[in-house]
Amino acid sequence: MRRFFGNKNFTVGFLLSAAVVLAAALSLLWTPYDPNRMSALERLEGPSLRHPLGTDQYGRDTLSRILAGAVNSILVGLVTVAIGLVLGVALGLLAAYGGRAADEAIMRLADLLFGFPAVLTAILITSILGPSMVNAMLAIGIFYIPVFARLTRAVARVVWEKEFIAAARASGIGELAIVRRHVLPNILSPLLIQGTIQFAVAILAEAGLSYLGLGTQPPHASWGRMLNEAQTFLDTSPWMAIFPGLAIAWAVLGFNLMGDGLRDVLDPKMARLR
Amino acid sequence: MTERPLVRAVDLTKRFPIGGGLFRRPRAWLQAVNGVSFAISRGESLGLVGESGCGKSTIGRMLLGLIPPTSGTIAFDGIDIGKLPRAEFLRLRRRMQVIFQDPYASLDPRMTVEAIVTEPLFAGRPPRRAERRRIAAGLIERVGLRASDLDRYPHEFSGGQRQRIGIARALCVRPELIVADEPVSALDVSIQAQVINLLQDLQRDFGLAYLFISHDLSVVEHLCRRVAVMYLGAIVETAPAWDFSRRPLHPYTEALVAAVPVPDVRRPRPPFRMEGDVPSPIDPPPGCPFHPRCPYAFDPCPRATPPLVEAAPGREVACWLNDGRGLSAPATASPSPAKGELHA
Repeated sequence: MRRFFGNKNFTVGFLLSAAVVLAAALSLLWTPYDPNRMSALERLEGPSLRHPLGTDQYGRDTLSRILAGAVNSILVGLVTVAIGLVLGVALGLLAAYGGRAADEAIMRLADLLFGFPAVLTAILITSILGPSMVNAMLAIGIFYIPVFARLTRAVARVVWEKEFIAAARASGIGELAIVRRHVLPNILSPLLIQGTIQFAVAILAEAGLSYLGLGTQPPHASWGRMLNEAQTFLDTSPWMAIFPGLAIAWAVLGFNLMGDGLRDVLDPKMARLR
Repeated sequence: MTERPLVRAVDLTKRFPIGGGLFRRPRAWLQAVNGVSFAISRGESLGLVGESGCGKSTIGRMLLGLIPPTSGTIAFDGIDIGKLPRAEFLRLRRRMQVIFQDPYASLDPRMTVEAIVTEPLFAGRPPRRAERRRIAAGLIERVGLRASDLDRYPHEFSGGQRQRIGIARALCVRPELIVADEPVSALDVSIQAQVINLLQDLQRDFGLAYLFISHDLSVVEHLCRRVAVMYLGAIVETAPAWDFSRRPLHPYTEALVAAVPVPDVRRPRPPFRMEGDVPSPIDPPPGCPFHPRCPYAFDPCPRATPPLVEAAPGREVACWLNDGRGLSAPATASPSPAKGELHA
């Protein structure tokens, strides 16, 4: 533990990310107002004691909506990274150990998927499947599969060459058990680092898709959606955009810093190179 | 000699493809091991010596079933392991274990010592946790570490200690054969002696047979009863360990023995040193693989490969010079061109 918190990046990133997670957890139990409660009398208010971060054009409390939006962002991060990890690691291992043909097929497919710009891919998928939060998560998750597949393949190949793998095999341990006992634990830290960083990217991507109207649909609170709605009122009530924007920046910065810190701690060789 | 050997390898050959791809033919073949035969009895230790790249480790790996031979057979306790179904082969393989050269690479850094030394148990149905702990404690104490070390990780140990952990792992399932692939060459000399003594004690206590792969003649002479010298994928000489450095029969063995540093200034240096490099196993020379570097080479050498034949009781050599008298006789009797007449 001291190893992790001795690292400045990790500590700051951890605190920022923890705040987001706590905000999300809190919003499930309590928010100052119902995030979807409209009030014609309180439209477009600036920050005040009653509404610390102001209200939007329907008189909804921005603080409540930002807290509720945190759940959205965390959920998107978790689901997309989970999709990427599960399928990416499986495909990456298959590419690394499944022989030449499997390797070529999987990696060329990954190249193909990488060839499309991420946002374009997401727009394509959401426009086929229809705009919704679930489809946005799917779109981002699918884009993550080659990211994790490539990483897994690269690090798993290095591990595979190690003598302790040959030692396990010489002991009569089966190939699947070797993957479970030796390969997975040894590729865990790069995956964890990548996962944390992709978590940040997912939050940003979801905000982007929701901003474009392809992600979370109204009336649900999403930071990207809030930015979109604030656009029209940028001249008259800029705080409507500022606070969700800050929330996005906060969360993305937090998870990115945490990922960087993790890399410094778990992979000291990389840190020295940089 | 009527006793069935624990391991018998017959005419083992291994070729590795070089280059090539999914749909392309390999550009060339690397002849790593070329028609090697040997046998190891129970409780016996066979030393396999030779320069790096001569195919020693490939033989060890084929024996362990880590790589399949291109041709030839390996019989363990009379059972041809190439013909066994996979499940039975896995069971048989528990009877042979391995110790690797690099004690830093051969232990999984993410595992505790206990998990490492009991790993071979997981090849079958592993015993309960408490029982595993007891087994691990017994093993780790047997190799000279403490039971309190079981919860530590490999990086907390020195090279010699790590190699002891590797040895404990090899002992875990009470094997009959241990393939020791350069087990001490990565260690400091002072630590080497301790590990070698440990290996010797274990051999006595457990009746282990060793295939001891090394490039260090003095280590092999100390630990092994018999020695096989390899050059470019083939065995060129086999001899009892006590005899072979005194009376090398093959010019290559002579060169190897001459290269061993002896801490005695008065002892005369043996007559010649090897020159040149080991030829590439991708493009081995015709005839005797050693002839381009051999000071005694004469006409048959580039034309035909000498077979490994018995030259004296318990001694085999693959050399056209072989007449059982040892090298010093022809070498001092006449300069090299004349020797051709001796044997022609």
